[in-house]
Amino acid sequence: MIYLDSAATSLYKPPGVAQAMAEAVCKLGNAGRGAHDAALSASRVVYGAREKLAELFHVGDPMRVCMMLNATDALNTAIYGLIRPGGHVVTTAQEHNSVLRPLYQLEQQEMALTIVPMDNTDGRVSEDDILDAVRPDTCAVVCAHASNVTGNVLDIERIGRYCASHGVLFVVDAAQTAGVLPIDMQRMGISALCVPGHKGLMGPQGTGALCVAEHIAVAPLRVGGSGVHSFSHTHPTAYPTALEAGTLNTPGIAGLSVALDFILETGIDAIHQKELRLAQQFYQAVSSIPKITVYGDWKTDHRAAIVTLNIDGWDAAEVSDVLMQEFDICTRAGAHCAPLIHQSFGTENGGTVRFSFSCYNTEEHVQTAVQAIQELVQE
Amino acid sequence: MRRSQPRCIITFVTTAMALKMEKACHANHAPGRLIPVPREITAGCGLAWMAAPEDAEQLRAVMQKEQVTPQEIYVLEGKANGNS
Repeated sequence: MIYLDSAATSLYKPPGVAQAMAEAVCKLGNAGRGAHDAALSASRVVYGAREKLAELFHVGDPMRVCMMLNATDALNTAIYGLIRPGGHVVTTAQEHNSVLRPLYQLEQQEMALTIVPMDNTDGRVSEDDILDAVRPDTCAVVCAHASNVTGNVLDIERIGRYCASHGVLFVVDAAQTAGVLPIDMQRMGISALCVPGHKGLMGPQGTGALCVAEHIAVAPLRVGGSGVHSFSHTHPTAYPTALEAGTLNTPGIAGLSVALDFILETGIDAIHQKELRLAQQFYQAVSSIPKITVYGDWKTDHRAAIVTLNIDGWDAAEVSDVLMQEFDICTRAGAHCAPLIHQSFGTENGGTVRFSFSCYNTEEHVQTAVQAIQELVQE
Repeated sequence: MRRSQPRCIITFVTTAMALKMEKACHANHAPGRLIPVPREITAGCGLAWMAAPEDAEQLRAVMQKEQVTPQEIYVLEGKANGNS
């Protein structure tokens, strides 16, 4: 099987991830719940992962790295915890539903929402348009670093610096870039960075993080068990405990920690160059085939390793199904939880087929996928 | 009946900070270990760092160097525990 759906989740993991998880299941207690060896061992694993995430994203203080279940969990926590009804928020048409749906819900509570449109040819959202949408009553800009459909990347440093200088919170969805593109929370002026552990970070599903900048207070989405202050009626406010009610996914975090070791040792540039080169090879081969429409801005190398396309006359779901059944290739068809992109491209009825690459894919995988597409086009 | 020795006890607001303390002490070869917070102390976090009273100054220096933020630093006298 050839897996080309790493934008959904990483299937290929660095060495040792699964073993660390299995050992955690067998040997680790509950992190932050007790001082016996099993609990302390779990706490050490979690703290180690916190430090590695802080290093990777330049968080500054590992205490500001809060463990989450996934990027959606982190985004919900950040959006509901930072944005109050009555304010104005800027977001973009390239967003995933994990950004849009919380914002739509807040919009019903009298939050004003501006959705910056995208170019319906290459899918680009203009940073100028985002900055122009900021008003005196804007409390936050919420946007993805890269689109999960087109792979287009936004200049989050420019947006973040503008937000910082205008007293506007900046929430970044790094679902498609964490682990593959440089993210420096402090330099980029990011208030809240939302990352999944299971995509570019190549950890297991059920892991993620919300990194919160100094002096930013996020109200918790969940309160309850904290292992401390048991007689208090209120949840602790100190980070990371403030946003980590309940038992953590320690086996998942143990796997993520090993994956983070691999990323820090290998370097995100090396990882990204490998997967981007494969994506570009695939793009160059398929974009020259008649009847194929490839979406996104391919004039730049600064992008995620995602190639999304349609074949004229084919339903996207059927393409993906045939690729699986006849060629043993995993891709993702549909709307990819990003409805506004498809409305802009006019693909809301059938969606598109997404090929997303990992550093563990090979040129043979690319060649096989290209040959498969060529065969489908000739039918 | 057990009689505890005098101890330096350092408490923290979060478990994560207690773990940072452990890592800092190991890196700097400073003495002590994590224990459950003794009942005489009210602390934010259920973990505390325990060492001998004479180690307190060394531990303060390690915390300052490694940016570990304590909640409180106590020196507890030895006392009898349990039933005789």
